[in-house]
Amino acid sequence: MSADSQVWAGPGPDATYNSYIEKGEFRLQRSKATGKYVFPPRVMAPGSLDNDFTWEKASGNGTVYSAVIVRQRPEAGGDFSIVLVDLDEGVRLMSRVVGMEPSKVKIGQRVKAKIGEIDGKKVVLFEAA
Amino acid sequence: MSKHPLRGSTAIVGVGLAGIGEAKGRSHLELMGESIHKALSDCGLGLGDVDGLWTVNMDNFLPSLTVTDYLGIRPKHVDGPNVGGASFLVHAISAASALHTGLCDVALICYGSNQRTGAGGFVSKSDPPQWEAPYKPRLPVTAYALAAARHMHQYGTTREQLAAVAVAARQWAQKNPLAFMRDPLTIEDVLKSRMIVDPLTVRDCCLATDGAGAVVMVRADRAKSLKKKPAYFLGGAAAQWYRGISGMSGDITVTSASDSGPRAFAMAGLKPSDVDVLELYDAFTINTILFLEDLGFCPKGEGGRFVADGNIGPGGKTPVNTNGGGLSCVHPGMYGIFTLIEATEQIRGEGGERQVPGVNVALAHGNGGTLSSQVTVLLGSESTL
Repeated sequence: MSADSQVWAGPGPDATYNSYIEKGEFRLQRSKATGKYVFPPRVMAPGSLDNDFTWEKASGNGTVYSAVIVRQRPEAGGDFSIVLVDLDEGVRLMSRVVGMEPSKVKIGQRVKAKIGEIDGKKVVLFEAA
Repeated sequence: MSKHPLRGSTAIVGVGLAGIGEAKGRSHLELMGESIHKALSDCGLGLGDVDGLWTVNMDNFLPSLTVTDYLGIRPKHVDGPNVGGASFLVHAISAASALHTGLCDVALICYGSNQRTGAGGFVSKSDPPQWEAPYKPRLPVTAYALAAARHMHQYGTTREQLAAVAVAARQWAQKNPLAFMRDPLTIEDVLKSRMIVDPLTVRDCCLATDGAGAVVMVRADRAKSLKKKPAYFLGGAAAQWYRGISGMSGDITVTSASDSGPRAFAMAGLKPSDVDVLELYDAFTINTILFLEDLGFCPKGEGGRFVADGNIGPGGKTPVNTNGGGLSCVHPGMYGIFTLIEATEQIRGEGGERQVPGVNVALAHGNGGTLSSQVTVLLGSESTL
């Protein structure tokens, strides 16, 4: 393989992220050059050509940036929370806060990540810290 | 300051609407075709004159080709990025540029949808957002609800203030015979209606209707000789920062309208106080509040109080969405083209009972994705040249 045909070996960032999640690990790309974390996984840091990353275990600590309640019929599973969480690592993601009433989830609340499942797919969820 | 070359060099000369509300038994192309027939008849041109085409829709993978085929035209210039409902305002900027540089002579911008009565229903053909879809957010409303919740947290904006946007839109709709929902609506009605995603109820959400619109643009020299008073293109700018709302890394109460707006005003050599009427893409009540702030009509965080103080409804000092908007007039999946059409009708003085007196400058603003794409266009009467 010529040196310029592929910039890294092995699976891409999406597959790497998902393989960690499947093993129950929440990891984030971190730029070796700037120390900044990247989410969602990418081949380059946003707005940058910076592509040399390590995969660091996320602290899982975050703060609810915004929170809403999706209304749903009880027979379909009932209401659930959708949140944007700002991780302490400086990245934002959409998720759900579980283990508490959706109406009790507050903006500014500290939360902790856990790997859970929605419809059989492993995903990062949050619960009250 | 030197005048921007696109300022006043082109104009909207023809507009057409079709199937506003429900148009059972008509396809999206038939509705779009009817609106094109009206827009060309409006200015006295024919399909054979159209040599530039800008179009996107929710039904065709290759919309420009499908529309070219349906109309039986052979355009020499085509363009038309899909940035969601704001697309048609990008198209107007692009058409102004293409007309000015001579790539074409008669530009047609068009859209149609039968999403309310058609067989396809409301099934989205959009690719699911990879990092949001696993959480099953109800999109797009959840994204706008997240922005609204944050705005309420940060600035003390209330549900009553959000509801005031829906009530003002309805008051305008009651003056527009074409508007789909014209029954009386109160703040209390909005607050009591079915909650979809807190804090937004069904009345905080736009309609889901059929509808089509078409806009014809030509260079200013030709515009003068056509049938109707031209609405001159004075300035326009687009901005886009992300796709899904979770991709917004900063303050989600500030949209990229804070970037598109100032650049559009700079091109036009105008400021917010020069604007006589605003047509803002109100997919949800929070949109109107965010855009009034980001476009410079009130300070950031003051939008809720601004709309609740009676500024935007009939008789207000900053009339917004004089057709009734996406909330009460029409919202066939993509609404952007209707902001251009209503702005043009207001500049012409053709608004009937809903006409704002003495409109010389109209602002049309499009939103696309989930607050992701923002596009601002300023149109003016001959007196603004």
